[in-house]
Amino acid sequence: MASDAFTRLRTTDFRGWVLPLLLLVSWEYTTALQWVDTRIIPSPLLVLETAWQWLISGQLVASLISSLWRDIAGFSLGSLIGISVGLALGISKVTNRIAGPTFHTLKHISLFAWIPLLTAFFGREDLAKVVFITFSTLYPVALGTLEGVRGIPLSQLEVARVYGFNSRQTLFRLVLPAASPQILSGLHLGLIYAWLATIGGEFLMPSVGEGIGFTVIRGRASFHIEQIIFGMLIIGGIGYLFNHLATRLETRLLHWRGRPS
Amino acid sequence: MSASQQALPALRFPIISLNNGLQPLLARIEEPLINFALALILPLSILSLWFVATKEVWLPPQILPEPTFVWETLLDTLQSGELLTHVWASFQRVILSLLIGGAIGLSIGFAMGLSNTAKTYLYPSFSLFAQFPVIGWAPLMIIFFGIDEAMKIATITVAVIVPFAIATYKGMENVPSKLLEVGRIYKFSFWQTLRHIALPAALPAVLGGVRQGGMQAWLALVFVEIMASSEGLGYFLSYSRNLMQLDVVMVCMLAIGAVGLLFDVGLTRLEQHFSHWIPKGF
Repeated sequence: MASDAFTRLRTTDFRGWVLPLLLLVSWEYTTALQWVDTRIIPSPLLVLETAWQWLISGQLVASLISSLWRDIAGFSLGSLIGISVGLALGISKVTNRIAGPTFHTLKHISLFAWIPLLTAFFGREDLAKVVFITFSTLYPVALGTLEGVRGIPLSQLEVARVYGFNSRQTLFRLVLPAASPQILSGLHLGLIYAWLATIGGEFLMPSVGEGIGFTVIRGRASFHIEQIIFGMLIIGGIGYLFNHLATRLETRLLHWRGRPS
Repeated sequence: MSASQQALPALRFPIISLNNGLQPLLARIEEPLINFALALILPLSILSLWFVATKEVWLPPQILPEPTFVWETLLDTLQSGELLTHVWASFQRVILSLLIGGAIGLSIGFAMGLSNTAKTYLYPSFSLFAQFPVIGWAPLMIIFFGIDEAMKIATITVAVIVPFAIATYKGMENVPSKLLEVGRIYKFSFWQTLRHIALPAALPAVLGGVRQGGMQAWLALVFVEIMASSEGLGYFLSYSRNLMQLDVVMVCMLAIGAVGLLFDVGLTRLEQHFSHWIPKGF
Protein backbone atom coordinates (compact mmCIF):
# COMPACT_ATOMS: atom_id res chain seq x y z
CA MET A 1 0.00 0.00 0.00
CA ALA A 2 2.63 2.46 1.08
CA SER A 3 4.93 1.63 -1.82
CA ASP A 4 1.98 1.94 -4.15
CA ALA A 5 1.32 5.46 -2.96
CA PHE A 6 5.02 6.16 -3.21
CA THR A 7 5.27 5.10 -6.86
CA ARG A 8 2.26 7.22 -7.67
CA LEU A 9 3.90 10.14 -5.96
CA ARG A 10 7.11 9.58 -7.89
CA THR A 11 5.42 9.22 -11.27
CA THR A 12 3.26 12.33 -10.82
CA ASP A 13 4.66 15.16 -12.87
CA PHE A 14 4.96 18.09 -10.51
CA ARG A 15 5.93 20.50 -13.26
CA GLY A 16 2.23 21.11 -13.83
CA TRP A 17 2.10 22.70 -10.38
CA VAL A 18 4.75 25.28 -11.18
CA LEU A 19 2.48 27.76 -12.92
CA PRO A 20 -0.38 27.81 -10.35
CA LEU A 21 2.11 28.02 -7.45
CA LEU A 22 4.01 30.83 -9.16
CA LEU A 23 0.73 32.67 -9.58
CA LEU A 24 -0.23 32.14 -5.96
CA VAL A 25 3.14 33.27 -4.63
CA SER A 26 3.23 36.41 -6.78
CA TRP A 27 -0.35 37.17 -5.74
CA GLU A 28 0.60 36.87 -2.06
CA TYR A 29 3.75 38.98 -2.54
CA THR A 30 2.14 41.80 -4.49
CA THR A 31 -0.56 42.15 -1.86
CA ALA A 32 1.76 41.73 1.13
CA LEU A 33 4.15 44.38 -0.22
CA GLN A 34 1.20 46.66 -1.04
CA TRP A 35 2.21 47.00 -4.69
CA VAL A 36 -1.47 46.98 -5.58
CA ASP A 37 -4.48 48.47 -3.88
CA THR A 38 -5.48 45.70 -1.46
CA ARG A 39 -9.05 46.89 -1.59
CA ILE A 40 -9.12 45.85 -5.25
CA ILE A 41 -6.89 42.80 -5.00
CA PRO A 42 -7.24 41.19 -1.57
CA SER A 43 -4.56 38.83 -0.32
CA PRO A 44 -5.05 35.08 -0.76
CA LEU A 45 -5.07 34.71 3.03
CA LEU A 46 -8.07 37.00 3.27
CA VAL A 47 -9.86 34.86 0.68
CA LEU A 48 -9.04 31.78 2.72
CA GLU A 49 -10.33 33.47 5.84
CA THR A 50 -13.60 34.36 4.11
CA ALA A 51 -13.87 30.76 2.95
CA TRP A 52 -13.47 29.53 6.52
CA GLN A 53 -16.08 31.94 7.85
CA TRP A 54 -18.53 30.92 5.15
CA LEU A 55 -17.93 27.31 5.91
CA ILE A 56 -18.44 27.46 9.67
CA SER A 57 -21.44 29.80 9.46
CA GLY A 58 -23.16 27.24 7.23
CA GLN A 59 -23.81 29.89 4.60
CA LEU A 60 -21.70 28.09 2.03
CA VAL A 61 -23.58 24.83 2.41
CA ALA A 62 -26.95 26.57 2.28
CA SER A 63 -26.16 28.49 -0.90
CA LEU A 64 -24.57 25.46 -2.53
CA ILE A 65 -27.61 23.31 -1.78
CA SER A 66 -30.08 25.76 -3.27
CA SER A 67 -27.94 26.31 -6.37
CA LEU A 68 -27.38 22.61 -6.88
CA TRP A 69 -31.05 21.85 -6.32
CA ARG A 70 -32.03 24.19 -9.16
CA ASP A 71 -29.22 22.84 -11.31
CA ILE A 72 -30.25 19.21 -10.89
CA ALA A 73 -33.98 19.90 -11.25
CA GLY A 74 -33.39 21.79 -14.48
CA PHE A 75 -30.88 19.27 -15.76
CA SER A 76 -33.16 16.27 -15.15
CA LEU A 77 -36.14 17.93 -16.80
CA GLY A 78 -34.03 19.18 -19.68
CA SER A 79 -32.45 15.76 -20.25
CA LEU A 80 -35.83 14.03 -20.35
CA ILE A 81 -37.25 16.53 -22.82
CA GLY A 82 -34.01 16.65 -24.78
CA ILE A 83 -33.80 12.88 -25.25
CA SER A 84 -37.47 12.73 -26.27
CA VAL A 85 -37.05 15.56 -28.77
CA GLY A 86 -33.87 14.00 -30.16
CA LEU A 87 -35.56 10.61 -30.53
CA ALA A 88 -38.63 12.12 -32.17
CA LEU A 89 -36.53 14.09 -34.66
CA GLY A 90 -34.18 11.17 -35.30
CA ILE A 91 -36.63 8.29 -35.67
CA SER A 92 -39.51 9.89 -37.53
CA LYS A 93 -38.81 11.50 -40.90
CA VAL A 94 -42.12 13.37 -40.80
CA THR A 95 -41.42 14.94 -37.40
CA ASN A 96 -37.97 15.88 -38.56
CA ARG A 97 -39.26 17.58 -41.71
CA ILE A 98 -41.93 19.47 -39.78
CA ALA A 99 -40.16 20.39 -36.53
CA GLY A 100 -36.48 20.05 -37.51
CA PRO A 101 -36.03 23.39 -39.30
CA THR A 102 -37.74 25.35 -36.51
CA PHE A 103 -35.69 23.50 -33.90
CA HIS A 104 -32.40 24.19 -35.67
CA THR A 105 -33.28 27.83 -36.31
CA LEU A 106 -34.21 28.56 -32.69
CA LYS A 107 -30.85 27.26 -31.45
CA HIS A 108 -29.14 30.27 -32.99
CA ILE A 109 -30.75 32.61 -30.47
CA SER A 110 -28.03 33.00 -27.89
CA LEU A 111 -28.94 31.30 -24.60
CA PHE A 112 -28.96 34.38 -22.38
CA ALA A 113 -31.13 36.31 -24.81
CA TRP A 114 -34.08 34.24 -23.53
CA ILE A 115 -33.77 35.59 -20.00
CA PRO A 116 -35.63 38.90 -20.42
CA LEU A 117 -38.59 37.12 -22.05
CA LEU A 118 -38.52 34.40 -19.40
CA THR A 119 -38.67 36.93 -16.58
CA ALA A 120 -41.69 38.55 -18.22
CA PHE A 121 -43.50 35.22 -18.26
CA PHE A 122 -42.27 33.49 -15.11
CA GLY A 123 -40.95 36.22 -12.83
CA ARG A 124 -37.50 36.03 -11.26
CA GLU A 125 -37.91 33.30 -8.68
CA ASP A 126 -36.98 29.64 -8.73
CA LEU A 127 -39.50 28.77 -11.44
CA ALA A 128 -37.91 31.08 -14.02
CA LYS A 129 -34.43 29.82 -13.13
CA VAL A 130 -35.35 26.15 -13.41
CA VAL A 131 -37.10 26.80 -16.74
CA PHE A 132 -33.97 28.53 -17.99
CA ILE A 133 -31.70 25.66 -16.88
CA THR A 134 -34.10 23.14 -18.44
CA PHE A 135 -33.98 25.05 -21.69
CA SER A 136 -30.19 25.25 -21.77
CA THR A 137 -29.83 21.52 -21.07
CA LEU A 138 -32.39 20.60 -23.70
CA TYR A 139 -30.40 21.64 -26.76
CA PRO A 140 -27.10 19.80 -26.26
CA VAL A 141 -28.93 16.65 -25.13
CA ALA A 142 -31.37 16.73 -28.05
CA LEU A 143 -28.60 17.37 -30.57
CA GLY A 144 -26.51 14.52 -29.13
CA THR A 145 -29.44 12.11 -29.20
CA LEU A 146 -30.29 13.13 -32.75
CA GLU A 147 -26.72 12.52 -33.85
CA GLY A 148 -26.71 9.12 -32.15
CA VAL A 149 -29.96 7.99 -33.75
CA ARG A 150 -28.80 9.19 -37.16
CA GLY A 151 -25.62 7.16 -36.79
CA ILE A 152 -27.38 3.81 -36.36
CA PRO A 153 -26.50 1.70 -39.39
CA LEU A 154 -29.31 0.37 -41.56
CA SER A 155 -27.96 -3.16 -41.17
CA GLN A 156 -28.72 -3.13 -37.44
CA LEU A 157 -32.24 -1.89 -38.05
CA GLU A 158 -32.72 -4.67 -40.60
CA VAL A 159 -31.62 -7.28 -38.08
CA ALA A 160 -34.20 -5.88 -35.66
CA ARG A 161 -36.85 -6.16 -38.38
CA VAL A 162 -35.86 -9.73 -39.15
CA TYR A 163 -36.26 -10.62 -35.48
CA GLY A 164 -39.70 -9.05 -35.57
CA PHE A 165 -38.99 -6.41 -32.91
CA ASN A 166 -42.02 -4.31 -32.10
CA SER A 167 -41.54 -0.56 -31.78
CA ARG A 168 -40.97 -0.78 -28.03
CA GLN A 169 -38.28 -3.43 -28.42
CA THR A 170 -36.69 -1.47 -31.26
CA LEU A 171 -36.50 1.58 -29.04
CA PHE A 172 -35.14 -0.09 -25.91
CA ARG A 173 -33.00 -2.85 -27.44
CA LEU A 174 -31.69 -1.16 -30.55
CA VAL A 175 -32.04 2.62 -30.71
CA LEU A 176 -31.20 3.63 -27.15
CA PRO A 177 -28.19 1.30 -26.70
CA ALA A 178 -26.80 2.05 -30.15
CA ALA A 179 -27.14 5.79 -29.68
CA SER A 180 -25.93 5.75 -26.07
CA PRO A 181 -22.39 7.09 -26.71
CA GLN A 182 -23.71 10.24 -28.37
CA ILE A 183 -26.58 10.54 -25.87
CA LEU A 184 -24.05 10.37 -23.04
CA SER A 185 -21.81 13.00 -24.56
CA GLY A 186 -24.91 15.13 -25.10
CA LEU A 187 -25.77 14.68 -21.42
CA HIS A 188 -22.19 15.55 -20.48
CA LEU A 189 -22.41 18.78 -22.47
CA GLY A 190 -25.87 19.37 -21.01
CA LEU A 191 -24.46 19.09 -17.50
CA ILE A 192 -21.85 21.76 -18.28
CA TYR A 193 -24.47 24.02 -19.83
CA ALA A 194 -26.85 23.46 -16.90
CA TRP A 195 -24.19 24.74 -14.50
CA LEU A 196 -23.45 27.70 -16.77
CA ALA A 197 -27.17 28.49 -16.82
CA THR A 198 -27.48 28.06 -13.05
CA ILE A 199 -24.78 30.67 -12.46
CA GLY A 200 -25.85 32.90 -15.34
CA GLY A 201 -29.45 32.75 -14.16
CA GLU A 202 -28.44 33.81 -10.65
CA PHE A 203 -26.31 36.65 -12.06
CA LEU A 204 -28.99 38.00 -14.38
CA MET A 205 -32.12 37.21 -12.37
CA PRO A 206 -31.13 38.29 -8.86
CA SER A 207 -33.83 37.57 -6.31
CA VAL A 208 -34.06 36.97 -2.60
CA GLY A 209 -32.86 33.59 -1.45
CA GLU A 210 -29.68 31.59 -1.44
CA GLY A 211 -27.35 30.65 -4.26
CA ILE A 212 -23.66 30.62 -5.02
CA GLY A 213 -24.12 33.10 -7.89
CA PHE A 214 -25.94 35.50 -5.57
CA THR A 215 -22.96 35.35 -3.23
CA VAL A 216 -20.76 36.69 -6.01
CA ILE A 217 -23.27 39.35 -7.08
CA ARG A 218 -23.75 40.54 -3.51
CA GLY A 219 -19.99 40.57 -3.03
CA ARG A 220 -19.75 42.84 -6.02
CA ALA A 221 -22.49 45.13 -4.76
CA SER A 222 -20.86 45.48 -1.34
CA PHE A 223 -17.35 45.59 -2.84
CA HIS A 224 -16.19 42.46 -0.99
CA ILE A 225 -13.70 41.28 -3.56
CA GLU A 226 -12.59 38.32 -1.44
CA GLN A 227 -16.19 37.12 -1.53
CA ILE A 228 -16.22 37.33 -5.34
CA ILE A 229 -12.95 35.43 -5.70
CA PHE A 230 -14.05 32.79 -3.24
CA GLY A 231 -17.41 32.38 -5.00
CA MET A 232 -15.69 32.09 -8.38
CA LEU A 233 -13.37 29.39 -7.08
CA ILE A 234 -16.37 27.43 -5.78
CA ILE A 235 -18.19 27.86 -9.10
CA GLY A 236 -15.13 26.68 -11.00
CA GLY A 237 -14.60 23.82 -8.57
CA ILE A 238 -18.17 22.55 -9.00
CA GLY A 239 -17.82 22.84 -12.78
CA TYR A 240 -14.61 20.83 -12.60
CA LEU A 241 -16.23 18.21 -10.37
CA PHE A 242 -19.23 17.79 -12.69
CA ASN A 243 -16.97 17.42 -15.69
CA HIS A 244 -14.75 14.93 -13.92
CA LEU A 245 -17.69 12.82 -12.72
CA ALA A 246 -19.33 12.87 -16.14
CA THR A 247 -16.11 11.75 -17.82
CA ARG A 248 -15.65 8.90 -15.33
CA LEU A 249 -19.25 7.80 -15.70
CA GLU A 250 -19.07 7.95 -19.48
CA THR A 251 -15.96 5.78 -19.61
CA ARG A 252 -17.50 3.29 -17.24
CA LEU A 253 -20.88 3.08 -18.96
CA LEU A 254 -19.32 2.79 -22.38
CA HIS A 255 -16.93 0.08 -21.25
CA TRP A 256 -18.70 -2.44 -23.46
CA ARG A 257 -17.45 -0.67 -26.55
CA GLY A 258 -14.04 -2.15 -25.83
CA ARG A 259 -12.07 1.09 -25.71
CA PRO A 260 -12.41 4.29 -23.73
CA SER A 261 -13.60 7.13 -25.90
CA MET B 1 -38.26 10.66 -55.17
CA SER B 2 -40.92 8.62 -56.88
CA ALA B 3 -42.49 7.79 -53.54
CA SER B 4 -42.96 11.44 -52.67
CA GLN B 5 -44.42 12.11 -56.09
CA GLN B 6 -47.00 9.43 -55.60
CA ALA B 7 -47.81 10.59 -52.13
CA LEU B 8 -48.34 14.18 -53.15
CA PRO B 9 -49.63 14.20 -56.73
CA ALA B 10 -51.15 17.65 -56.32
CA LEU B 11 -47.73 19.23 -56.10
CA ARG B 12 -46.59 17.82 -59.43
CA PHE B 13 -46.19 20.24 -62.25
CA PRO B 14 -48.19 19.40 -65.38
CA ILE B 15 -45.17 20.14 -67.62
CA ILE B 16 -43.42 17.01 -66.39
CA SER B 17 -45.57 14.71 -68.47
CA LEU B 18 -45.19 16.95 -71.53
CA ASN B 19 -41.49 17.52 -71.53
CA ASN B 20 -39.24 14.73 -70.35
CA GLY B 21 -36.12 16.86 -70.60
CA LEU B 22 -37.33 19.09 -67.80
CA GLN B 23 -38.26 16.25 -65.49
CA PRO B 24 -34.93 15.79 -63.64
CA LEU B 25 -34.66 19.53 -63.07
CA LEU B 26 -38.19 19.86 -61.75
CA ALA B 27 -37.84 16.78 -59.60
CA ARG B 28 -34.81 18.38 -58.04
CA ILE B 29 -36.81 21.52 -57.26
CA GLU B 30 -39.84 19.57 -56.11
CA GLU B 31 -38.29 17.82 -53.13
CA PRO B 32 -36.85 20.96 -51.46
CA LEU B 33 -40.19 22.63 -52.19
CA ILE B 34 -42.09 19.96 -50.26
CA ASN B 35 -39.54 20.15 -47.45
CA PHE B 36 -39.91 23.90 -47.34
CA ALA B 37 -43.69 23.64 -47.15
CA LEU B 38 -43.48 21.08 -44.35
CA ALA B 39 -40.96 23.22 -42.46
CA LEU B 40 -43.42 26.12 -42.53
CA ILE B 41 -46.20 24.16 -40.79
CA LEU B 42 -44.87 24.55 -37.26
CA PRO B 43 -43.88 28.26 -37.38
CA LEU B 44 -47.19 29.12 -39.07
CA SER B 45 -49.24 27.25 -36.48
CA ILE B 46 -47.33 28.94 -33.65
CA LEU B 47 -47.93 32.27 -35.35
CA SER B 48 -51.67 31.62 -35.72
CA LEU B 49 -51.89 30.48 -32.10
CA TRP B 50 -50.15 33.73 -31.18
CA PHE B 51 -52.68 35.71 -33.27
CA VAL B 52 -55.61 33.96 -31.59
CA ALA B 53 -54.07 34.40 -28.13
CA THR B 54 -53.73 38.15 -28.61
CA LYS B 55 -57.16 38.52 -30.28
CA GLU B 56 -58.86 36.70 -27.40
CA VAL B 57 -56.55 38.42 -24.85
CA TRP B 58 -55.52 35.20 -23.08
CA LEU B 59 -52.53 37.09 -21.71
CA PRO B 60 -52.26 40.80 -21.00
CA PRO B 61 -50.93 42.67 -24.07
CA GLN B 62 -47.95 43.91 -22.04
CA ILE B 63 -46.76 40.31 -21.75
CA LEU B 64 -47.80 39.05 -25.14
CA PRO B 65 -47.85 41.82 -27.77
CA GLU B 66 -49.62 41.28 -31.08
CA PRO B 67 -47.49 39.75 -33.86
CA THR B 68 -48.32 42.64 -36.17
CA PHE B 69 -47.11 45.04 -33.50
CA VAL B 70 -43.78 43.17 -33.25
CA TRP B 71 -43.48 43.32 -37.03
CA GLU B 72 -44.12 47.08 -37.03
CA THR B 73 -41.54 47.53 -34.26
CA LEU B 74 -39.04 45.59 -36.35
CA LEU B 75 -39.64 47.88 -39.33
CA ASP B 76 -39.52 50.98 -37.11
CA THR B 77 -36.26 50.10 -35.40
CA LEU B 78 -34.76 49.13 -38.74
CA GLN B 79 -35.82 52.38 -40.37
CA SER B 80 -34.63 54.60 -37.54
CA GLY B 81 -31.31 52.78 -37.62
CA GLU B 82 -31.55 52.04 -33.91
CA LEU B 83 -31.38 48.27 -34.34
CA LEU B 84 -28.44 48.41 -36.72
CA THR B 85 -26.50 50.72 -34.38
CA HIS B 86 -26.78 48.13 -31.62
CA VAL B 87 -26.00 45.24 -33.97
CA TRP B 88 -22.89 47.09 -35.13
CA ALA B 89 -21.74 47.81 -31.54
CA SER B 90 -22.12 44.13 -30.60
CA PHE B 91 -20.49 42.98 -33.81
CA GLN B 92 -17.40 45.14 -33.24
CA ARG B 93 -16.98 43.75 -29.72
CA VAL B 94 -17.15 40.17 -30.94
CA ILE B 95 -14.68 40.74 -33.76
CA LEU B 96 -12.17 42.51 -31.51
CA SER B 97 -12.43 39.77 -28.85
CA LEU B 98 -12.10 37.08 -31.51
CA LEU B 99 -8.87 38.70 -32.72
CA ILE B 100 -7.33 39.10 -29.25
CA GLY B 101 -8.61 35.81 -27.83
CA GLY B 102 -7.80 34.03 -31.06
CA ALA B 103 -4.18 35.21 -30.96
CA ILE B 104 -3.78 34.14 -27.31
CA GLY B 105 -5.61 30.84 -27.81
CA LEU B 106 -3.61 29.97 -30.92
CA SER B 107 -0.33 30.70 -29.14
CA ILE B 108 -1.26 28.52 -26.15
CA GLY B 109 -2.49 25.77 -28.46
CA PHE B 110 0.61 25.88 -30.63
CA ALA B 111 2.90 25.96 -27.61
CA MET B 112 1.23 22.92 -26.05
CA GLY B 113 1.04 21.09 -29.36
CA LEU B 114 4.62 21.70 -30.45
CA SER B 115 6.63 21.50 -27.27
CA ASN B 116 6.40 18.76 -24.69
CA THR B 117 7.93 21.02 -22.07
CA ALA B 118 5.31 23.69 -22.61
CA LYS B 119 2.66 21.01 -22.43
CA THR B 120 3.80 19.64 -19.07
CA TYR B 121 3.93 23.12 -17.56
CA LEU B 122 0.80 24.58 -19.14
CA TYR B 123 -1.65 21.74 -19.65
CA PRO B 124 -2.78 21.08 -16.05
CA SER B 125 -3.42 24.77 -15.36
CA PHE B 126 -5.06 25.22 -18.71
CA SER B 127 -7.44 22.29 -18.35
CA LEU B 128 -8.51 23.62 -14.96
CA PHE B 129 -9.00 27.09 -16.43
CA ALA B 130 -11.00 25.61 -19.32
CA GLN B 131 -13.54 24.10 -16.94
CA PHE B 132 -14.50 27.37 -15.31
CA PRO B 133 -17.85 28.58 -16.59
CA VAL B 134 -16.93 31.52 -18.79
CA ILE B 135 -19.45 33.92 -17.32
CA GLY B 136 -18.06 33.33 -13.83
CA TRP B 137 -15.26 35.71 -14.76
CA ALA B 138 -17.57 38.63 -15.44
CA PRO B 139 -17.92 39.94 -11.83
CA LEU B 140 -14.16 39.85 -11.31
CA MET B 141 -13.59 41.62 -14.62
CA ILE B 142 -16.02 44.33 -13.52
CA ILE B 143 -13.88 44.94 -10.43
CA PHE B 144 -10.63 45.08 -12.42
CA PHE B 145 -11.77 46.91 -15.52
CA GLY B 146 -14.92 48.77 -14.44
CA ILE B 147 -18.05 48.40 -16.51
CA ASP B 148 -16.58 49.93 -19.65
CA GLU B 149 -15.50 48.49 -22.94
CA ALA B 150 -12.35 46.88 -21.52
CA MET B 151 -14.31 44.62 -19.19
CA LYS B 152 -16.59 43.40 -21.98
CA ILE B 153 -13.72 42.71 -24.32
CA ALA B 154 -11.82 40.92 -21.53
CA THR B 155 -14.73 38.64 -20.61
CA ILE B 156 -15.54 37.73 -24.22
CA THR B 157 -11.83 37.21 -24.91
CA VAL B 158 -11.62 34.70 -22.06
CA ALA B 159 -14.56 32.86 -23.62
CA VAL B 160 -12.76 32.72 -26.95
CA ILE B 161 -9.34 31.57 -25.69
CA VAL B 162 -10.44 28.11 -24.51
CA PRO B 163 -12.02 26.72 -27.71
CA PHE B 164 -9.22 28.21 -29.82
CA ALA B 165 -6.48 26.72 -27.68
CA ILE B 166 -8.12 23.28 -27.38
CA ALA B 167 -8.80 23.03 -31.11
CA THR B 168 -5.28 24.13 -32.02
CA TYR B 169 -3.73 21.76 -29.52
CA LYS B 170 -5.82 18.82 -30.73
CA GLY B 171 -5.05 19.72 -34.32
CA MET B 172 -1.31 19.74 -33.65
CA GLU B 173 -1.51 16.49 -31.70
CA ASN B 174 -3.10 14.82 -34.68
CA VAL B 175 -0.51 15.92 -37.23
CA PRO B 176 0.49 12.59 -38.80
CA SER B 177 3.91 11.54 -37.54
CA LYS B 178 4.75 10.39 -41.08
CA LEU B 179 4.71 13.99 -42.21
CA LEU B 180 6.92 15.10 -39.34
CA GLU B 181 9.39 12.34 -40.21
CA VAL B 182 9.52 13.50 -43.82
CA GLY B 183 10.23 16.98 -42.52
CA ARG B 184 13.04 15.65 -40.37
CA ILE B 185 14.57 13.84 -43.36
CA TYR B 186 14.51 17.08 -45.34
CA LYS B 187 16.14 18.80 -42.34
CA PHE B 188 13.34 21.36 -42.02
CA SER B 189 13.97 24.16 -39.56
CA PHE B 190 11.42 24.81 -36.80
CA TRP B 191 9.71 27.52 -38.83
CA GLN B 192 9.68 25.39 -41.96
CA THR B 193 8.07 22.54 -40.02
CA LEU B 194 5.49 24.93 -38.69
CA ARG B 195 4.83 26.62 -42.02
CA HIS B 196 4.84 23.59 -44.32
CA ILE B 197 3.69 20.69 -42.16
CA ALA B 198 2.08 21.57 -38.84
CA LEU B 199 -0.04 24.54 -39.92
CA PRO B 200 -1.60 23.02 -43.03
CA ALA B 201 -2.26 19.72 -41.25
CA ALA B 202 -3.80 21.38 -38.21
CA LEU B 203 -5.74 23.99 -40.17
CA PRO B 204 -9.11 22.18 -40.34
CA ALA B 205 -9.11 21.56 -36.58
CA VAL B 206 -8.06 25.17 -35.93
CA LEU B 207 -10.91 26.44 -38.10
CA GLY B 208 -13.28 24.21 -36.15
CA GLY B 209 -12.00 26.04 -33.10
CA VAL B 210 -12.64 29.38 -34.80
CA ARG B 211 -16.27 28.38 -35.28
CA GLN B 212 -16.58 27.20 -31.66
CA GLY B 213 -14.90 30.39 -30.50
CA GLY B 214 -17.28 32.51 -32.55
CA MET B 215 -20.32 30.82 -31.01
CA GLN B 216 -18.88 31.11 -27.48
CA ALA B 217 -18.08 34.78 -28.09
CA TRP B 218 -21.63 35.46 -29.16
CA LEU B 219 -22.96 33.68 -26.06
CA ALA B 220 -20.66 35.62 -23.73
CA LEU B 221 -21.37 38.89 -25.51
CA VAL B 222 -25.12 38.73 -24.94
CA PHE B 223 -24.51 37.84 -21.29
CA VAL B 224 -22.07 40.69 -20.69
CA GLU B 225 -24.24 43.21 -22.50
CA ILE B 226 -27.29 42.26 -20.45
CA MET B 227 -25.23 42.51 -17.27
CA ALA B 228 -23.62 45.91 -17.79
CA SER B 229 -23.71 47.94 -20.94
CA SER B 230 -24.97 51.11 -22.54
CA GLU B 231 -25.15 49.95 -26.14
CA GLY B 232 -25.34 46.73 -28.09
CA LEU B 233 -28.05 44.15 -28.67
CA GLY B 234 -27.96 42.71 -25.15
CA TYR B 235 -28.31 46.18 -23.68
CA PHE B 236 -31.20 47.04 -26.00
CA LEU B 237 -32.82 43.74 -24.99
CA SER B 238 -32.65 44.18 -21.22
CA TYR B 239 -33.41 47.92 -21.40
CA SER B 240 -36.61 47.22 -23.33
CA ARG B 241 -37.48 44.47 -20.89
CA ASN B 242 -37.20 46.91 -18.00
CA LEU B 243 -39.59 49.25 -19.81
CA MET B 244 -41.86 46.23 -20.40
CA GLN B 245 -41.63 46.76 -24.17
CA LEU B 246 -41.78 43.10 -25.05
CA ASP B 247 -42.22 43.84 -28.75
CA VAL B 248 -38.71 45.34 -28.78
CA VAL B 249 -37.46 42.39 -26.71
CA MET B 250 -38.71 40.00 -29.38
CA VAL B 251 -37.19 42.09 -32.16
CA CYS B 252 -33.84 41.97 -30.31
CA MET B 253 -34.06 38.19 -29.93
CA LEU B 254 -34.77 37.96 -33.65
CA ALA B 255 -31.70 40.08 -34.39
CA ILE B 256 -29.54 38.05 -31.99
CA GLY B 257 -30.70 34.83 -33.66
CA ALA B 258 -30.06 36.26 -37.12
CA VAL B 259 -26.51 37.38 -36.30
CA GLY B 260 -25.84 34.02 -34.58
CA LEU B 261 -27.04 32.23 -37.70
CA LEU B 262 -24.83 34.41 -39.90
CA PHE B 263 -21.81 33.68 -37.72
CA ASP B 264 -22.51 29.96 -37.81
CA VAL B 265 -23.05 29.80 -41.56
CA GLY B 266 -20.07 32.04 -42.32
CA LEU B 267 -17.63 30.21 -40.07
CA THR B 268 -18.86 26.78 -41.25
CA ARG B 269 -18.26 27.92 -44.85
CA LEU B 270 -14.77 29.04 -43.88
CA GLU B 271 -14.11 25.68 -42.26
CA GLN B 272 -15.30 23.78 -45.32
CA HIS B 273 -13.42 26.03 -47.69
CA PHE B 274 -10.09 25.25 -46.09
CA SER B 275 -10.64 21.57 -45.45
CA HIS B 276 -12.03 20.59 -48.86
CA TRP B 277 -8.73 18.96 -49.82
CA ILE B 278 -9.15 16.25 -47.18
CA PRO B 279 -10.63 13.15 -48.79
CA LYS B 280 -13.87 12.44 -47.00
CA GLY B 281 -15.25 8.98 -46.32
CA PHE B 282 -18.80 10.27 -46.75
